[in-house]
Amino acid sequence: MKQTETELPRVAADDPRLRDTDLRNSLITLGVLAVVLAVLPLVVNERIESILVLTLIFAIMGVGWNLMSGFGGLFSFGHAAFFGVGAYTNAYLVIEYELSPWIAMIIGAVFAAAIGTFIAFLCLRYKLAGAYFALATFAFAQMFLLLAQNLEFLNKTDGLSLPILGEESFWHMQFRQGNDWYVWIPSGLLVIALGITILYARSRPGRYVQAARDDEVAAASLGINVMRTRLVAVMLSCAVTAIAGAYYAQYYFFVGPEQAFGTHVSVQAIVPAVLGGIGTIWGPLVGALIVGPLAEYIKELLRDPPSYLEFLQGVSGLDVAVYAVLLIVIVLFMRKGIYGTLKDKITERKNQ
Amino acid sequence: MSERGTSLLSIEGLTKRFAGLTAVDDIGIEVAEHEFLGIVGPNGAGKTTLFSLIAGEQRPTEGRIVFDGTDITGWPADRVAKAGLVRTFQLMRPFESMNVLENVMIATHQHTPAPHAARHKALDVIERVQLGRYATAMPASLPTAALKRLELARALALDPQVILLDEVLAGLVPAERAPMIELLRTLHGEGLTVMFIEHIMAAVLALSERLLVMHEGAQLALGDPREVTEDPVVVEAYLGEDYA
Repeated sequence: MKQTETELPRVAADDPRLRDTDLRNSLITLGVLAVVLAVLPLVVNERIESILVLTLIFAIMGVGWNLMSGFGGLFSFGHAAFFGVGAYTNAYLVIEYELSPWIAMIIGAVFAAAIGTFIAFLCLRYKLAGAYFALATFAFAQMFLLLAQNLEFLNKTDGLSLPILGEESFWHMQFRQGNDWYVWIPSGLLVIALGITILYARSRPGRYVQAARDDEVAAASLGINVMRTRLVAVMLSCAVTAIAGAYYAQYYFFVGPEQAFGTHVSVQAIVPAVLGGIGTIWGPLVGALIVGPLAEYIKELLRDPPSYLEFLQGVSGLDVAVYAVLLIVIVLFMRKGIYGTLKDKITERKNQ
Repeated sequence: MSERGTSLLSIEGLTKRFAGLTAVDDIGIEVAEHEFLGIVGPNGAGKTTLFSLIAGEQRPTEGRIVFDGTDITGWPADRVAKAGLVRTFQLMRPFESMNVLENVMIATHQHTPAPHAARHKALDVIERVQLGRYATAMPASLPTAALKRLELARALALDPQVILLDEVLAGLVPAERAPMIELLRTLHGEGLTVMFIEHIMAAVLALSERLLVMHEGAQLALGDPREVTEDPVVVEAYLGEDYA
């Protein structure tokens, strides 16, 4: 039934509307970001570098969460599950099999993607949506927390400590303290994660998942297999989040049940994206640039509070409380997050 | 593929029962290839439910749907759409986060994986339905007439064999209707098979080759539009005194 097409005048091949300027602009921005991240460790001191690493880990988690919950519209409140699987898989394989973290990281990502896809399949199969979907993911993350606390081979509540080699090796991702590679590696991982997001968001499966998020019924009426298209987003999301987990274990030489699967980890995956802008490419990075330094500052404040805040000494969970306040402020005043709101304002002005 | 004039879509004893209500009651029609079939009936007659059943959004309680020789009863909506049977929605359902071009790309992507080619094809369809000046506008900023055209563009962009149009003229002021009717006539002339739910009788009579009148889920009359609309049973049940 394609007899209609040939007779019709086609839009000229050089029609300006055919140019995907968004894609080009995003890739240029990513290039600039890569350069900045490459130079940054050369000019800042070791203390800033450690804040930077934490910020980068937050950013990768946020980018991962955003793939499924932002672009895919499946709100996960259990991304700790995938972060933790990445962290534990990395630690376990490095300790037991002396595998390179590079390899262990990829295995962890594949593993997390498989688990995430299975969980999401169950949730979607039984039509869990919105808050129920979020609760189900939360329940799975809690299950993983309990497992990690009770499994002998994961060393129960003591967690796993990675061996220190005493020599520098890129292959084993170990360097002297303060070596710039500790920043360059997560920088590279973040750039890759953002690159995946940019290409995915403008590819066929990426567009499909956004269509299904906007209107599931309309998407299906246009031939989209909503389940399959969503599982692709989940797969990518879990893999990216697991990479963040793997690097976390590698950088801190340790992973325990709480650091991997604690509720605050799930919150940390959500906050950067919500703060920066859900479902936008740069939102999670913008959010992480706030959350990372803030988390570090709070940690320091608790360790050594000024005299008028002495009651905070040794209190835990203040970071989560601060995130909660930030979330409330954003939800009340900037629904689309910092980057999302700015982006809308700029587009509005352009159209006027 | 069936010969022109033979049955392309055949609906047999199609019934949908909800608790205590029969929304679609034993509908049987043969839609010929290249036919323009109008469907009318008072609100609640089951017209839209009939479309939902054909398009695979709801499963029929009883009956069979055969499309181009294949039994598609119970197929999910996406599979039906891919097979070449596409519907539009009475209440427009644009993808709000995407501009007009991206909305239509969702449909052209179905048969065209490469982004640039899909974009080009989408823009062709957009020009076709005269939405060109809105190509980069967001749905929220569009007037109703343009949203109706977007709904149509997305469906057309799938290259369907059969299109189910659910009140594409509703909400348009009379001046906007004429060009839409012209467009539908052209599309039909090019070989598209159309099932057309509409309340505006002038349009129904202008376009339909056959007319199905539904009442309380059931088939009240089917046949030549002029004859059917003059049938006393139809006039009484549906059209009312103001038409007669």
